[in-house]
Amino acid sequence: MKTLKKIAQCALFAGAALMGITSARAALPIQQWTLANGAKIYLVSTNALPIVDMQVDFDAGSRRDPAAQAGLASATATMVEKGVRAGKVGEPALDQNALGEAWADLGASFDVSAGTDRTSYSLRTLSDPALLNKAVALASREIGEPAFPDDVWQRERERINAAIKEANTKPATIAGRAFAHAVYGVHPYGQEVTEETLARIDIAAMRQRYQQLIVPCRAKLSIVGAVTRVEAETLATTLLSRLPASESCTPLPAIAPVAALAAPKDERIPFDSAQAHVFVGQPGYPRKDPDHFALTLGNYVLGGGGFVSRLMNEVREKRGLTYSIYSGFAPGLDAGAFRVGFQTRPDQAEEAVKMSREVVARFVAEGPTASELKAAKDNLIGGFPLLLDSNRKLIGNVANIAWHDLPLDYLDTWTARMNAVTAADVKAAFQRKLQPERMVTVVVGGKDAKTAKAQP
Amino acid sequence: MTLIVQPDRRSPTAVQMVWVRVGSMDEVDGTSGVAHALEHMMFKGTKDIKPGEFSRRVAALGGQENAFTTRDYTGYYQQIPVGSLEQVMKLESDRFANNQWPDDEFKREIEVVKEERRLRTEDQPRALLGEQQNAAVFTASPYHRPVVGWMSDLDAMTPEDARAFLKRWYVPANAVLVVAGDVDVAQVRAMAEKYYGRIASRAVPVRKPRTEPAQRGIRRVELKAPAEQAYVSLAFRIPQLANIDDANSDAWALVVLSAVLDGYAGARLDRALTQGPDRVADSAGAYSGFIGRGPQLFMLDGVPAAGKSAETVEAALRAQVARVARDGVGEAELARVKTQWVASETYKRDSVMAQARELGSNWIQGLPLDASERIVARLQSVTAAQVQAVAAKYFGDDQLTVATLRPLPPEAKPRGRGFAAPAGEMR
Repeated sequence: MKTLKKIAQCALFAGAALMGITSARAALPIQQWTLANGAKIYLVSTNALPIVDMQVDFDAGSRRDPAAQAGLASATATMVEKGVRAGKVGEPALDQNALGEAWADLGASFDVSAGTDRTSYSLRTLSDPALLNKAVALASREIGEPAFPDDVWQRERERINAAIKEANTKPATIAGRAFAHAVYGVHPYGQEVTEETLARIDIAAMRQRYQQLIVPCRAKLSIVGAVTRVEAETLATTLLSRLPASESCTPLPAIAPVAALAAPKDERIPFDSAQAHVFVGQPGYPRKDPDHFALTLGNYVLGGGGFVSRLMNEVREKRGLTYSIYSGFAPGLDAGAFRVGFQTRPDQAEEAVKMSREVVARFVAEGPTASELKAAKDNLIGGFPLLLDSNRKLIGNVANIAWHDLPLDYLDTWTARMNAVTAADVKAAFQRKLQPERMVTVVVGGKDAKTAKAQP
Repeated sequence: MTLIVQPDRRSPTAVQMVWVRVGSMDEVDGTSGVAHALEHMMFKGTKDIKPGEFSRRVAALGGQENAFTTRDYTGYYQQIPVGSLEQVMKLESDRFANNQWPDDEFKREIEVVKEERRLRTEDQPRALLGEQQNAAVFTASPYHRPVVGWMSDLDAMTPEDARAFLKRWYVPANAVLVVAGDVDVAQVRAMAEKYYGRIASRAVPVRKPRTEPAQRGIRRVELKAPAEQAYVSLAFRIPQLANIDDANSDAWALVVLSAVLDGYAGARLDRALTQGPDRVADSAGAYSGFIGRGPQLFMLDGVPAAGKSAETVEAALRAQVARVARDGVGEAELARVKTQWVASETYKRDSVMAQARELGSNWIQGLPLDASERIVARLQSVTAAQVQAVAAKYFGDDQLTVATLRPLPPEAKPRGRGFAAPAGEMR
């Protein structure tokens, strides 16, 4: 079993490789195998701490929600935590409170969440076998035998509706929604959860969804921590043992790609707030795109690099127009958006919008300077060990590799691939992906009393 | 200056943190927010480092950095590959001793700080309410003022205000350097001597007590703001733990009480207020202040369910404390919250940053290096009878301040220009 230190030292070797030193050792020694039921397992065994993390991901994010039932993935994830039905071998049913108590008694935590791409089940437990085995057994019940109590769903729906109404009083919510509609159009990444879509979600829909999507042959299970390969095999089998058997899965229906924008869109929504909230952007790229490294480096220069990016420098440091400004891509299975986001006093919003658009347009036209590219590489490549210095970060990396079917030596080649990117590559990649003349601009804020009243 | 080194050799990274025992509670009226504004200005250079250069250098070393200000302290940190440790120690010690910048830099940065206040407070009704509640709970105590500062104080703040605050409070004896990660204690000590040891010592200014007088009667604060949901927050004055060896303090049992009420999914508040056909709240919480440089509070809060009033939630929250006072707590729930604390001691070792943070924060409060272990051990010995006793003792009307958010209907939203978050960290 490797210690975290050995893993990280190997990571440094990988970093050194770009200076001409080669190493056969893996940065992140991932063991990978497939269970008889089709589940793919990814293990990093490290005994640095008496902790085990497990994360199982399914292609069951909100992008698979039917448009009329937007919110189904998230509702289902919420309801999994609301109780398990009685088990086969005389195990009693547990309601949400009994589950909460059981997890607390184990000193472990278990979370279910749905993002746009995946539904994830995450377990963190101590590795003491007495606790570990119970924690994995309880997690397996929660994954495989959720009770989906209808009365609790009625209550949860009320709570979600109330939270949506509350969120709609905030300019950030209005801006985010308008931006998503404009950028994604009919693609499910832009779907909005409303009272109407929630009203169409019931327990039956959750069960049906579970049957289709939450099956072992669609599972990617990542494990990091103080377990050996042999122990991990047993734990993995146990964790998924309560899901229905599945030898092979038919591929899920393809989702049409995010459509490119045909023309710029400019939305100004009056809102009575101390700050205007601004988004500028367009569809970005899916994670599998070969430009990923060039776009990551370029975005660091443009607006990803914290205090040292072009946007931060022009809009905050030189002009004091905002507290926070960033740019970023959101590459997923589909083309997540590129967006620039910031907030500013409404009377200076136009100036800041103009400035940020100019910064983006100039960057796309010219690409980074040699010194900017060097600074980006210094930070991202130099900071590589910081990506791997805890079990929490390791499991994030392992799950990412698993989810996107990246090669197991992905992190061994990461620094070399990053280092190989040239300024011309960045410029070309940005010009392929971004069209500053056809972007969406959303500004929520500023006083126009007549229309402001129409806003929630 | 104190140096604390925490070796954690798992990975070739390290974190450097400098914590200064100065926060918004050390400000005076008229210049509220200056501790936080100064924290922003610390990124604006020294004799040798131009504005923006500090961050560029840390980034070029592969590092990540930020800073934070609270009522009790101001902190600065860099997470770096361990080979860059000496360079960030050189940079950080230089900025501690020699921070300087032209007035023009301040004029732009204070506008950034005002945008931060607008973002975190003025457009956040619950934060605005918290600011008002804090101002009502504390009268003589400097906890009265928001960390970010009142807007008119930010408008009136001068570069000299920030410089004077720096000169007064950023003295070596008022700060701790914490280094954690893949480091050797002797080497770090040698580097600390080299870079920080040469900073001239100055006296730490005398602090005036500004003692909060006893509260003798309920206080109520209301805020009308654009929102759909009402919200209510109850602040009860409780004793401050002055010394972690003080086994007799009620602070221990109050922490356990807060965990019994709200320490895990399905704990008492969740169960009693947010579930079932007659549920009154969409969410409910409890938090016990514990260790701090100023007076501490026990907080209960909740968001009323649709059709329920803030008053109903207020009564329901207090009824749960009264239930503990009347019937006590079960051994199982007591054991449960203790188990969680013990487990969390292991989980926190996964993050070098979290370890450094805990050591710095404990030093600020004058606690020993092993304070966290001792605190967890002390909490293990709290009995059910002690929890019941504190539930009966501290939750009357006279030391209570209730803050209620009254949502304004969407049609008419006159806005007050606002005020800020209580104990939260500003960056």
